Amino acid sequence: MSERVAVRKTYKLFIGGKFPRSESGRSYLVQSSNVSLASRKDARDAVVAARAAVKGWAGATAYNRGQILYRAAEMLEGRREQFVALGIPGDEVDAAVDRWVWYAGWADKLAQVYGGANPVAGPYFNISAPEPTGVVAVVAPERPALLGLVSVIAPAIVSGNTVVVAASPSEPLAAVTLAEVLATSDLPGGVVNILTGAITETAPTLAAHMDVNAIDLTGVTDAALATDLEVKAAENLKRVLRPAPADHDWTGDPGLAPMTALLETKTVWHPKGV
Amino acid sequence: MTATTTSARSDLSELGRSETALRTFLHGLPGVDQVGAEQRAAQLSTRSIKTTAKAQAIDLAIRMVDLTTLEGADTPGKVRALAAKALRPDPADPSCPHVGAVCVYPAMVPYVAEVLRGSAVHLASVATAFPSGQAPLEIKLADTRAAVAAGADEIDMVINRGAFLAGRYKEVYDEIVATKEASGDAHLKVILETGELATYDNVRRASWLAMLAGGDFIKTSTGKVPVAATMPVTLVMLEAVRDFREATGRQVGVKPAGGIKTTKDAIKYLVMVNETVGPDWLDPDWFRFGASSLLNDLLMQRTKLTTGTYSGPDYFTLD
Repeated sequence: MSERVAVRKTYKLFIGGKFPRSESGRSYLVQSSNVSLASRKDARDAVVAARAAVKGWAGATAYNRGQILYRAAEMLEGRREQFVALGIPGDEVDAAVDRWVWYAGWADKLAQVYGGANPVAGPYFNISAPEPTGVVAVVAPERPALLGLVSVIAPAIVSGNTVVVAASPSEPLAAVTLAEVLATSDLPGGVVNILTGAITETAPTLAAHMDVNAIDLTGVTDAALATDLEVKAAENLKRVLRPAPADHDWTGDPGLAPMTALLETKTVWHPKGV
Repeated sequence: MTATTTSARSDLSELGRSETALRTFLHGLPGVDQVGAEQRAAQLSTRSIKTTAKAQAIDLAIRMVDLTTLEGADTPGKVRALAAKALRPDPADPSCPHVGAVCVYPAMVPYVAEVLRGSAVHLASVATAFPSGQAPLEIKLADTRAAVAAGADEIDMVINRGAFLAGRYKEVYDEIVATKEASGDAHLKVILETGELATYDNVRRASWLAMLAGGDFIKTSTGKVPVAATMPVTLVMLEAVRDFREATGRQVGVKPAGGIKTTKDAIKYLVMVNETVGPDWLDPDWFRFGASSLLNDLLMQRTKLTTGTYSGPDYFTLD
């Protein structure tokens, strides 16, 4: 018997629930693994997939979304060793699972905390309810590889948004492994799309894309690039989340802001009976 | 691919006189190599068309679109809006060309004619008991005359598939001839409904039958059956028009319809046209796309090329 040859893994993109290679055919090397180097077209395809998924995901009941996110946390927990093998500290994986569960719990509570009945001067019920913004482009923080990623994806999708994430260029393995977690957790294809590769290549396309409704610049460290992306995003009045400060504490309580920043308020006036 | 040689055959215009002659001719056409046709079509889909070539292809494709609405729910307002869009597909960009034609039901023709009057956009109307074609001949002809009288300058007729599949070629032939006569000066597009013809051999026979009977265009589908235009079927039809021109000197157009939704698809068809019949057919007079949602995708891709940023469906009309 000859000695067994190891099967090496290629880390591919995650678009529309599938794992395609980059349309450009390019890849780059991280921790001696080949990782796809996403192109502008991959970003475009990811936006198309994310747009297609909005209707089903935003239309699902909040309870259902919560269950699916909880299921994702279960899967994440089950792959703990795999993340540790990639060099992610065990504490961080645990914190990421906890963070995911925490956000999952918010799915059916957000509308109650953030929406409400408004007193108005007239015979009307006046009710405000939060609605998802739509397709959100996210530049994930460079580090922490897993906790940072979870901390930007979960708050966006919990309310019914779909996301296109430009993963950390130096830590793409955790991102693709998280994609494998999501692919096996009942999350409909296209709700989360992950692009690995250079931020300078994908982020400008996403920022300028007319079919993207918001952009989260958390992971942009270059101030000039951040400004450029904001200018591009202004074209169709995207909601813009500014880059995180360099000393941001990812383990601390994130508060409601990451979720509420990606919501639109719908207010309904309903005549009261006499 | 196999070219049909007709030199040894009797004069083509005589074929319509008898059932036997038609049958002998149509069944004497060489069979289509199914695997070969599908492989050729798949191969032609792999070409990469970029930058300026893509921009030209997109503008050509826009000019070739037969902007279509064939719904029971069509209203005068809806078809007027569609006609306005045909004239100026992208209101934000005056350099965007108009489409080839608007295609509607006969009852909707007058409303479209009002909007298109004086423009270069053609007005096509389906007729002859579209989409099934299962009505008495007098009704089909009356349908055709009504559409022409209302202002249609192109008639999209359906062939009698029941008769064709039963082998009554003469009946199909005579119906096309009669419809051609009823259409007068209007261009006649003959819909083969290839999704119901079952084999490529039948598609080739139906193409020849339609051309022999005087059709100005052969069109794949009504868009009302599950299988609409496909690349291999269109390839077989393109070969038929090429061979027909060689045999008779008359050029016939081709119109794939139904299921072509993206710019990528449209460009694949254009590549196939160029490679199969050559640039003579790369013109809205000789090649059309029967489509509705295709136009918005073409406009989105066009906007990407002119502005550099990807556009979205929010910025184009829903129709």
